[in-house]
Amino acid sequence: MNVHAPEFRYHTLVVTVENKSGVLARVAGLFARRAFNIESLAVAPTDDEGFSRITVVVDVESAPLDQVVKQLDKLVNVVEIRELHPGHSVERELMLVTVTAEPDLRDEIVEHLDRAGGKVLSLGIDRMMLSLVGPPSRVDEFEDLLRPYGILELQRTGRVALASLDDALD
Amino acid sequence: MTTERMDGGRALIRALEHEGVEVMFGLPGGAILPVYDPIIDSSIRHILVRHEQGAGHMAEGYAHATGRPGVAMVTSGPAATNIVTPLCDAYLDSVPMVVITGQVPYAAIGTDAFQECDTTGITQSITKHNFLVTDPQDIPRTIKEAFHIATTGRPGPVLVDIPKDIVDPTNPRSEMVWEDDVEMDLPGYRPQVEVDPEAIRAAAKLVRDAERPVLYVGGGILKARAAEVLRELAELTGIGVVTTLMARGAFPDSHELCLGMPGMHGNYTAVTAMQEADLLVALGARFDDRVTGRLEGFAPEARVVHVDIDPAELGKVRRPDVAVQGDVRVAIEALVAELSDGGTGEVDRSAWRSRISGWQERFPLAYEPWVPGDALKPQYVIEQLRDATPADTIVTSGVGQHQMWASQYWTFDYPYTWINSGGLGTMGFSIPAAIGAKVAYPERMVWAIDGDGCFQMTAQELVTAAVEDIPIKVALLNNSYLGMVRQWQEMFYEERYSEVFLSKEVPDYKMWAESMGCHAIRIDDPDEVDSAIAQANEVDDRPVVIDFRVAADEKVFPMVPSGKSNSELVVPEFQRDQPR
Ligand SMILES: Cc1ncc(C[n+]2csc(CCOP(=O)(O)OP(=O)(O)O)c2C)c(N)n1
Ligand SMILES: [Mg+2]
Repeated sequence: MNVHAPEFRYHTLVVTVENKSGVLARVAGLFARRAFNIESLAVAPTDDEGFSRITVVVDVESAPLDQVVKQLDKLVNVVEIRELHPGHSVERELMLVTVTAEPDLRDEIVEHLDRAGGKVLSLGIDRMMLSLVGPPSRVDEFEDLLRPYGILELQRTGRVALASLDDALD
Repeated sequence: MTTERMDGGRALIRALEHEGVEVMFGLPGGAILPVYDPIIDSSIRHILVRHEQGAGHMAEGYAHATGRPGVAMVTSGPAATNIVTPLCDAYLDSVPMVVITGQVPYAAIGTDAFQECDTTGITQSITKHNFLVTDPQDIPRTIKEAFHIATTGRPGPVLVDIPKDIVDPTNPRSEMVWEDDVEMDLPGYRPQVEVDPEAIRAAAKLVRDAERPVLYVGGGILKARAAEVLRELAELTGIGVVTTLMARGAFPDSHELCLGMPGMHGNYTAVTAMQEADLLVALGARFDDRVTGRLEGFAPEARVVHVDIDPAELGKVRRPDVAVQGDVRVAIEALVAELSDGGTGEVDRSAWRSRISGWQERFPLAYEPWVPGDALKPQYVIEQLRDATPADTIVTSGVGQHQMWASQYWTFDYPYTWINSGGLGTMGFSIPAAIGAKVAYPERMVWAIDGDGCFQMTAQELVTAAVEDIPIKVALLNNSYLGMVRQWQEMFYEERYSEVFLSKEVPDYKMWAESMGCHAIRIDDPDEVDSAIAQANEVDDRPVVIDFRVAADEKVFPMVPSGKSNSELVVPEFQRDQPR
């Protein structure tokens, strides 16, 4: 395994589960009990109200991907598991962040924000609330850029993903 | 289709009847009370236990013996937690079991109500699946799903948690309409039975080409009811068979191709044949650490064919060269057909066979013979019991030295005659498991081989046995110690014995057993063993306990010390100068 290629350490699984109470606990419990590490996990209903979709990023240094998939598949409420291949999937993450921004620094911050493709959500006397949707790596970079200004509060969603369209205009 | 209005409690019992349940083990309490009322009018026999752990192990014993799911029913809170151990036991040994627990009324869930506990949360990781039912209309479907999940694919325990309000006829929330035909709704549950013919061909090729093959047989063979076809495979190929602790009896011990039990206390031939093999055909076995020893040193030259119905077992511990996912009986049938059609190969295995018989001659299972002045030998007791009981006797055991001696010195020639706790190693398993087996087969003899430590954990179920007319027999190998732990302290902790001595005086097992309604005998002298067993075998109107007062310093050999490779198997002292 190439340590310089972190995308191979983390694999994204899209898990379709029955929309029943306790399903998230079963999935999370399985990861804990089998000592599988999760990098991020996001869950939401799908277009079909009987099912939810969990996007989970697993750290395959803790366990082989094959084991993670097979153990997950044994959960009765898990209906389907798809692995999204790095490079063949579209991944997005949302970040909300409140950053210290005295008036003289605001233009600079907004410049970073524009380049990253984010939005200003609200302004305070000495602070701004921003949002950014993007590939997780871009969200990481933007977070690093903001840090010197002073991050007051930050919340990221964890990634969600879909397979790329083979013939996409992407 | 018949439909009928009723309450959830009656529907629950009717759903169990529809599943063909003949017997259930349990103990009532507040939350499950409404379900106990319709039991009075039901065809199902209910066995009232003295502790809910007993109910769980009885259900397991019943399931082990019959292959049918065992059923237990208990109330909420402390009763649910009391049955956690059997659930975990059944989970690790893949035992089909359905446990029904009472729960506080749905509206009270989450309020820390009296005897509330998060039963589905607690049991999530030790059940194959569990359900919390919130609508009485869902009860018949859920019960059907629970039995389906428990008995198909890799079997296992399923728990159904039932809030009181949906089964209480005085509560309008319990009203439902019974329908005979309900559809299961399990979109994520599709166990695969069929096997890939490509994989079978690849497996057959490895079998044909192997010089030193071994059939490594696990408990899955019994779950799949594949003992007969396993024998066909062995006889067709002439390959030797090892049966793990969970598979004793799956292949006859007296068969010439039987190599015995592998593992930490396996016999020399079985352990060494696996270690030296160039092919292991793993059939419903899971490369448990008690079998492999230190994994890095395990069977270093062996290629592996691994057959299992649970895909997660394939490659979990040892990467197979050929993985066959599916039912092991279907797989063996396919392999037998393939090898019959395409031949079993031309490899000359006579050198391998003579190495095997050399080990069998030099390192038979044996213990230091008794000499006058010695205390009674536990191994001798098992041999005498073995020889004095019918061939179809069912043997259950607790966990410890007595369990290992029973697995070693009994001759298991029939499947489903050996019932023990392998994966979890649950002390106290033998007596309730024996009761479950005896309920299933009242006409057969059922002996529990127990230790004194184990006996003190679940002996009260002998009261259940006496009252419910379930005349099991208990051979108590009483060494006054937590013997297996004592053995480890003797061998690996410089004989520093910490908290392993029980007592030589108390309890008085004979008095205790008699007070529980059993016939009881105490034996110290080897000369009295046979007559005591004969006497016990005569008693059929109540349980029997024989308190065999055996040597405390006897050890289980061979032994692979924990963390060591199987090549470092320790044999008994008198075999140590034999060339390996
Ligand atoms: C519930 C439980 N607690 C502790 C253990 C650890 N343990 C394994 S064997 C053993 C000793 C069993 O003593 P006994 O029943 O007298 O059997 P013996 O080894 O003496 O034959 C113990 C304490 C266990 N397996 N299960
Ligand atoms: Mg003991």
